[in-house]
Amino acid sequence: MSAASPAEPAFVAKTKTGRFTDFVDARVGGSGILREFGRKVFPDHWSFMFGEVALYSFVILLLSGTFLTFFFDPSMAETHYDGSYVPLKGVEMSVAYSSSLDISFDIRGGLFMRQVHHWAALLFVASIAVHMLRVFFTGAFRKPREMNWVVGSVLLILAMAAGFTGYSLPDDLLSGNGLRIIDGVIKSIPVVGTYISFFLFGGEFPGTAIISRLYMLHILLVPALILLMIVLHLFMVVVHKHTQYPGPGRNDNNVVGYPLGPVYAAKAGGFFFIVFGVLALMAGFFTINPIWNYGPYDPSPVSAGTQPDWYIGFVDGALRLMPGTFGDWHVEQTWLGFVFTFNVLLPALVPAGILFTVMFMYPWIERWITKDDREHHVLDRPRNAPTRTAIGVAGFVWYCVMWAAAGSDLIATHFHVSLNDVTYWLRALFFVGPIIAFIVTKRVALALQRKDREIALHGRETGRIVRLPHGEFIEVHAPLDEYKRYKLVGFESPQVLPAVPNEHGVVTRKEKRRAFLSRWFFEDRVAPATPAELEAAHGHGHAAVEAPEEAKSLSH
Amino acid sequence: MGNHSDGSPNHSGTVATAGQNEVEKFQDPGIPPHRLRLADTDPKAAKRAERQVALLFGISVVGTLIFLVAYFAIDLGEDSAIATIRLQNMLLGLGTAFAMLGIGTGIVHWAKALMPDHEVSEERHAIRYEEDRQAAVRIVEDIVEETGIKRRPLIRNTLLGAVALAPLPAVAIFGDLGPRPDDKLAHTMWAPQEGKLKRLARDPDGTPIKASDVTIGSAFHVIPEGLNELHEGKLNEKAKAVVLLMRLDPASLNPSEGREDWGYNGIVAYSKICTHVGCPVALYEQQTHHLLCPCHQSTFDLTQECKVIFGPASRPLPQLPIAVDDEGYLVATSDFKEPVGPSYWERDMHERSITS
Repeated sequence: MSAASPAEPAFVAKTKTGRFTDFVDARVGGSGILREFGRKVFPDHWSFMFGEVALYSFVILLLSGTFLTFFFDPSMAETHYDGSYVPLKGVEMSVAYSSSLDISFDIRGGLFMRQVHHWAALLFVASIAVHMLRVFFTGAFRKPREMNWVVGSVLLILAMAAGFTGYSLPDDLLSGNGLRIIDGVIKSIPVVGTYISFFLFGGEFPGTAIISRLYMLHILLVPALILLMIVLHLFMVVVHKHTQYPGPGRNDNNVVGYPLGPVYAAKAGGFFFIVFGVLALMAGFFTINPIWNYGPYDPSPVSAGTQPDWYIGFVDGALRLMPGTFGDWHVEQTWLGFVFTFNVLLPALVPAGILFTVMFMYPWIERWITKDDREHHVLDRPRNAPTRTAIGVAGFVWYCVMWAAAGSDLIATHFHVSLNDVTYWLRALFFVGPIIAFIVTKRVALALQRKDREIALHGRETGRIVRLPHGEFIEVHAPLDEYKRYKLVGFESPQVLPAVPNEHGVVTRKEKRRAFLSRWFFEDRVAPATPAELEAAHGHGHAAVEAPEEAKSLSH
Repeated sequence: MGNHSDGSPNHSGTVATAGQNEVEKFQDPGIPPHRLRLADTDPKAAKRAERQVALLFGISVVGTLIFLVAYFAIDLGEDSAIATIRLQNMLLGLGTAFAMLGIGTGIVHWAKALMPDHEVSEERHAIRYEEDRQAAVRIVEDIVEETGIKRRPLIRNTLLGAVALAPLPAVAIFGDLGPRPDDKLAHTMWAPQEGKLKRLARDPDGTPIKASDVTIGSAFHVIPEGLNELHEGKLNEKAKAVVLLMRLDPASLNPSEGREDWGYNGIVAYSKICTHVGCPVALYEQQTHHLLCPCHQSTFDLTQECKVIFGPASRPLPQLPIAVDDEGYLVATSDFKEPVGPSYWERDMHERSITS
């Protein structure tokens, strides 16, 4: 918005609103921003909504959380309850718990806000997780979006941290036992564990400091970091522009969709209200975390069937699955006078460590195997990347086994089976589940690809049976139009990249490993149908569904 | 087609078939022709959609009113019944849901039915242009050159040293987040004070337990006498000192050497804090004499001195040596002979210092 040049007369707004807008615009340069973004094109697909759900849940968390801070008192000082919830009248408890009860029973709309906040927190983590699954299975993490994948992974961890610090604040029996488990896990850390525990709790567990410390983390540090990461995340989305699903008219050089204004803005903006509405409905009708049932924290009692919030479940489940003894051999070991609590350390750190390490590194792993340095803006349909999809499902199943283990006691009581048997089965599934999932998923993906080929080449089944003059019965297939067919054939099918020598003519060990992984990734592949094959299919009435064998052999 | 059709077969995803190095692929037919919606062609349908959108916005208004009525008309007052709170919560939820969903679905319906639904294609731009990169490199070189940092290693090295040390105070000031652990985890309230043995008392009311009160098959949740009278650190002490007291047929107990006099007449006391990660081992299976931790299902066998028979715990529950005093009350003859609760790095050291 440069000052008007002498040649053309300065713009003068006619209406009051116009003058106001012009005043602001001349000082912040809004016209330029609007010109850049006002009609920016966004691709449309239902699976792109998960990220939006996460963002909107976070906004709702900030709104409802702000309300809660006005009434919550994170003090562990002792008090006697004097609110209107009769069963706890006169009971000794912390001020934090008492004020949480007041929010629930004595502040109008307080219970509603607490429930909105808790449901939104559960949805926040869940939508991030589903969004990440979407990004993984469609290959949206590929260049240029690797770093945004990392930012997103950090957001997942921060969301879990936000959830856990918040979960503990009411200082009720359930969350107190959760904290005690965390304390036990911390104490298992070699060398510094005991010190970290004492520093975190300000002395021995439970002490009188932990709630106010978690409160600071929960309402200041963690949300600030989340906000920072969201800004980074969205900034990169703008820089990269959104990915799009494959289809006619879509390629890596364009972006096809609706302009931001008005359609996309309206849909996305309207969707915020829908997310809010659904959360309000849940908060109104489904009780979440009824802290008044649990009572104040006391180190002695515990209720059976205790569950953490869902996103912590997989760690808790891993803790349950690990055997503490094998016969008379103790997993906990004392070496040189120091205790190595492997029965806690291993399940608490190793599965989560593997999951998050692979998650963070995956874009670079695949990049290394494929040697693919091109930008990808067109997504993969999961079936068209069978090995990646199989890896993702294997990881997902592994996570789910651990997650299910966190409810092993509930599974046992609900289905009237032995708790020990449930644990034994889940222990087996912990190792076998991902392998089965990998094999099954890969086969399903390949089968779907073959199905795609068949439909592309022979058309879809119409269910119409025709008898030919010489007596033969055939089912009539209707050919696809070129748009539908392109959706089935317009994908990349990477091939095995054999090891190549480096500049010294040496095939390094690393390169051999890469070639091995490349073969593992791509040796089972279904090539997209080609026009020649379509021609042949039409000519003969039927053609091999697979590409000719010679074609595949070229890749070996 | 973008990158699909360029490069060698190894480089791009192009599929090679016999006799050809480069296979033709299906040509991208382009964006499918736009199909008009009903509301685009039929003014009546458009009008109908318009009314539907307005109706949804109207529902939102109703929702807001429901919220306000529920908020002001239902008075929680003093000692309000839980049913009232539940009703109000439900109506607040319903009101908000209508208010929000009305706006949300209204706008989305408006966008889908009435706003133009032409898909448009926009070119992507390079994320980085080569000339920008070169310009940036030149600028950075100029900046580095102007600072002279390469020519003056003395400045560079002293700066690096200073910056490396500067965060140390920040680390140091967090050193007082908590006291040193010392051997606090190794001791509990059960240690006799001034030669006076601590009585076993009921949790939570703190009344002492007579040996004659403990019948075979019964179990007591126990705290040390005097715990409730503590003014400071009550929960900290309780978190270590809670005990489960059970009486079995003496014949079914198999005390190991040196532990024969730790129980009394089949009455034994074990720490209630799980040796796994510290949950209270609160479930006693009377028939099997098993103690079960509800958090992670570690199972301990009372008849084998609480040895772990299932689950993630690795160590038996510590036993509290008990006896009966002159008045028939159960007392702890000493503190636990090992640290209670989850393991920690220095645990073995502490155990040895207790037993020595």
